[in-house]
Amino acid sequence: MLNFFMNRPRQDKAARCAALSVIHVPHSAVEMPTIEKQETTSEEIAMPWNVVVHNDPINLMSYVTMVFQRVFGYPRERAEKHMLEVHHNGRSILWSGMRERAELYVQQLHGYLLLATVEKIG
Amino acid sequence: MEICRQDEALEIRELDPFLAELLRQIPESAQPKDSPAAEERLFSPPAVPEEKVLRAEWKLYVVPELRRLFQSATETVRQDLQQLRCTDKPFANCTLRIPMAHADAWLSALNQARLAIAATNQFSDHELCDAYRSPLGSRRDLSLFQVNFYGFLQEFLLREMEGSG
Repeated sequence: MLNFFMNRPRQDKAARCAALSVIHVPHSAVEMPTIEKQETTSEEIAMPWNVVVHNDPINLMSYVTMVFQRVFGYPRERAEKHMLEVHHNGRSILWSGMRERAELYVQQLHGYLLLATVEKIG
Repeated sequence: MEICRQDEALEIRELDPFLAELLRQIPESAQPKDSPAAEERLFSPPAVPEEKVLRAEWKLYVVPELRRLFQSATETVRQDLQQLRCTDKPFANCTLRIPMAHADAWLSALNQARLAIAATNQFSDHELCDAYRSPLGSRRDLSLFQVNFYGFLQEFLLREMEGSG
């Protein structure tokens, strides 16, 4: 549907890490604390993110259920469970995992006009 | 008004001029125009304000894509609505045929319109649940009726799409 993550020029953190790993570093520079910096970045990348859908009074319950089925491939029962959670609790966590994938899901949900956000876990 | 499935299309028959006019207004109503509230709702932020980089990138790369996506849906609906140009008998009832292949575009355009109207008018939950309110009192009542009427069409489309499976 949307191809933002395929097209955007930004070099993501994972790509930046990979690029860093092939740079030739002079022996005298090995002791520099760059490795620690890279580890921190990797931790950030690995940190799971939640895809959260928030309640709004306009979107129809049947529509929200259909969107969850389409975007996440959930069976109807699971999609309905999340839809009801949004309806009763104001929000539901639809998916957790890597940031880029979470952003992609949120992008798709916005394409269906749902109120969705990514949230860092912890 | 009567809605029924005819092969690969939905037919809305016996559309009176008032409801036909409401349908004609879908593409226009879907535009946020000068309403910051509608703009904010259709293009809501993807994360909390602290995620400044993500939000900035989203505005730069995703929002234009979403705008194109929404525009494409309303354009499909606008073309289907050309059928309602009953120029020979302006006050006659008409029929609108929506190809099922356009159902997603209609769902999107109806949703855009409902969200934009509701955000612009800042309807309360109480108002949104008041299905029996007359559309004839004020512009606000008419807008509320529009939201409910478009919602009714969405429900019907969803039911038919599920049936097509």
